[in-house]
Amino acid sequence: MSAGRRGRGSVAAALLVAVLAWVVLYPLLIVAADALRGDVLAVVRSRAEWLALWDSVWIAIASVALAAAIGVPLAFLFERFDFPGRGVLGALMALPAVLPPLVGVIAFLFLYGESGFVARAVMAVFGLREAPWRLQGAGAILLVHAYSMYVYFYLFTRAGLARLDESMLEAAASLGAGRWRTIRRVTLPLLRPVLAGAALLTFMTALASFSAPYLFGGSFRVLTTQIVATKLNGDLPTAMVETLALTVVALAGYAFLRLGEGRGLLVAVGKGTAPRPRRIASAALRRLTAAAGWGLAALLLLPHLTLLLVSLVPDGTWTTQALPPRYTLANFAALVTEAERLRPLLNSLWMAAVATAAAVAAALLAGHLVVRLRARLARPIEWLLTLPWVVPGTVLAIGLATTFGVTRPLAGRFVLVGTALILPLAYFVRSLPLTGRAVLAGYRQLDPALEEAAQSLGAGRWKRLWRVTVPVLRPALAAGGGLAFVTALGDFVTSVLLYTYDTRPISIEILSSLRLEQVGAAAAFGVVLMAVSAAALGVGARVGGTR
Amino acid sequence: MSGGPFLSIQGLGKTFADRPAVADLTLEVGRGEVLALLGPSGSGKTTTLRLLAGFETPDTGRIVVAGEDVTDVRPEARRFGMVFQHYALFPHLDVGANVAFGLAFRGDVQARRVAEVLAMVDLAGYERRAVGELSGGQQQRVALARSLAPEPRVLLLDEPLSNLDPSLRERTRKELRRAITRVGITTVFVTHEQEEAFDLGDRVAVLHAGRLEQVGTPDDLYDAPATPFVARFIGRVNVLPGERAGGAPGSVALVRPEALRFTGDASAPFAGTVTERRFVGDRAYFVVEAADGTSFEVLAPHGAAVVGDTVRAVVENVLFREQGAR
Repeated sequence: MSAGRRGRGSVAAALLVAVLAWVVLYPLLIVAADALRGDVLAVVRSRAEWLALWDSVWIAIASVALAAAIGVPLAFLFERFDFPGRGVLGALMALPAVLPPLVGVIAFLFLYGESGFVARAVMAVFGLREAPWRLQGAGAILLVHAYSMYVYFYLFTRAGLARLDESMLEAAASLGAGRWRTIRRVTLPLLRPVLAGAALLTFMTALASFSAPYLFGGSFRVLTTQIVATKLNGDLPTAMVETLALTVVALAGYAFLRLGEGRGLLVAVGKGTAPRPRRIASAALRRLTAAAGWGLAALLLLPHLTLLLVSLVPDGTWTTQALPPRYTLANFAALVTEAERLRPLLNSLWMAAVATAAAVAAALLAGHLVVRLRARLARPIEWLLTLPWVVPGTVLAIGLATTFGVTRPLAGRFVLVGTALILPLAYFVRSLPLTGRAVLAGYRQLDPALEEAAQSLGAGRWKRLWRVTVPVLRPALAAGGGLAFVTALGDFVTSVLLYTYDTRPISIEILSSLRLEQVGAAAAFGVVLMAVSAAALGVGARVGGTR
Repeated sequence: MSGGPFLSIQGLGKTFADRPAVADLTLEVGRGEVLALLGPSGSGKTTTLRLLAGFETPDTGRIVVAGEDVTDVRPEARRFGMVFQHYALFPHLDVGANVAFGLAFRGDVQARRVAEVLAMVDLAGYERRAVGELSGGQQQRVALARSLAPEPRVLLLDEPLSNLDPSLRERTRKELRRAITRVGITTVFVTHEQEEAFDLGDRVAVLHAGRLEQVGTPDDLYDAPATPFVARFIGRVNVLPGERAGGAPGSVALVRPEALRFTGDASAPFAGTVTERRFVGDRAYFVVEAADGTSFEVLAPHGAAVVGDTVRAVVENVLFREQGAR
């Protein structure tokens, strides 16, 4: 490493830290400053505020418990036992992951809501005049959370079990431990880092969850929805205090759960081969398991199917019937032919693409500085890349709205709110942890000798980047970029606070279609979003998978 | 060395976090000569190679090649070819594209050069193969071809055989030797294996704790070590009390096993019981344990003694004497 290169690296690192701090950390500090300047005590004394805080926390904890209760046993079932259809069903169990949050919520609305398919079926069977339930409140939120978040526990636990060393279980057995004792004393403790990782992911996601509480909460308020409501009411000082409170809870939860992850015990000792799945002995039980698996897969697939079905229903043709009487492609045709429908689609596509490209570029620079040059600012860079993941999207959006809602050039504040730049900026900030984590991990596995070999063969900096680093990092870039693109494309939580009419994204159009009772149009948008997400993730996996 | 030094290393020094990795290293390599950098791990041999390649910048000293000072020349402009320990073949490119990577020209000229270099390492026609499909030895030859393709001024090899199966090493070593000779390129390579250094290197530079201990032909190093370290590091050596080998009290004598001779003379200074016999051809190494618990090795005709015999030995030739405790 020459003095010149290290010197340029330091300058680049300082610049990157400055830019990241400006768009990630600075808005949070401004929120904190504004919050503390207001009448904090009045907010702290308010019962409603404490209630929202408490609701946020217990919903998040309950979501973790529910997700673990579903995901962990499923992971054991699919990783440890063999039965017909295990491979296909095991993959289908991850289906909820391809539904962007808002799309999942409206699918639940169409399926289990008051006028959804299930309610109509029950009414038809029992001859009821009104829906027997309302999809509202904490129960409804938890239902959606359990459906969408058990996937984290399921995937993490399966990966952990697959890396477990069979000889350790055999050692336990040879020491006289029975099956349950082995699970309790050996398997679960070894899985602790994995379970803690899943718990962390679930907790942060549930705490930041916005779509489900927004649509199903009703009078039940969590902090994210409370913040948006307070801001819409024009009570900015209170909104700032609430935002600060949510930030503190998120940081505390993150710190607490990171402690639980501990060291990578599993990785350190997991050297042998994982136990092979055992064929279920009893034929009857085997068939029963397979049947239950298919039943569960159908249940998981119902929201997707519902969305597809509703998207084929022309507006105004489905009133009281249990099933819609007519199906056409009119809603999809409208997406392309009506300029006002096409626009949000194009908006979301270009904004997500720009934000993803910028986040991938930032991650590449960060990877080079942190891993290759071991810049002195490596830690701050990694921290700033992680922060937007720890902090809920609502907080990021409020921070950006506050910081870039006024012009004070000396304080680095410019009016971006109301311009076409604010949403791509918000998506960029939200994408940073996704691309950052993937690219840093990729960079750490990249043999530095590859770049050196290129260098000794006469390749300059750009040739090394384009001919060696980027192609070799392609799996990481595709994985991080795909995830970032999908998240930005389906974004609702920051869009709802920052969008302008001209740059409204898909999620906002879905919401206004719902308000206008154009459920078919809303569902069509949802289907498109789901399809593009699945395609982007699939392409990411394909591009990442070759060679 | 013929025609004066082609590559000259002058007073090279590099310190990492207060620990000197290379200190005041001066070496000269003739045109077409093959120099081995031999030393234990942490001796600074790899750092020296990386300084030569330009991946590290020296704190002191100069590197001159063909009269040009390249100390501050960036690696991509230095025209030194390097073969990495784990080859560092680009996994996303096929064999041909790997070899062509460093070539400035394109099209037919490029294809011809690639074919030519691949033929040189006995891999003619391998252009479209994926590098992942190749065996370790083939990967190494691709790496060699890739580094030779742009006609570098100096070839650098980092532990060229360490990544290969022991059974493959000898053959690969011969192939490597042949390829280097055919090209006639000035070569510096790093190894921690004496056999490899002696077999491939015209001269061998022994490094220890960042310093050059001695540079010379394998014969020089074995017969006339310049320092106690070289004496101990090259070949096998016994460390014996000096006063019993004709030296001053308190000194130690370094003696090769073949410089000890069994004798029936009861006044011979070294005595003990044979505890081990290891065959090497018609001779054997005898491990002799003395009454005081120390032991030494004697190389003698295999029938000279059997395990359990009480034997005596005299010193015929002391390699090196030094003051201080054993």
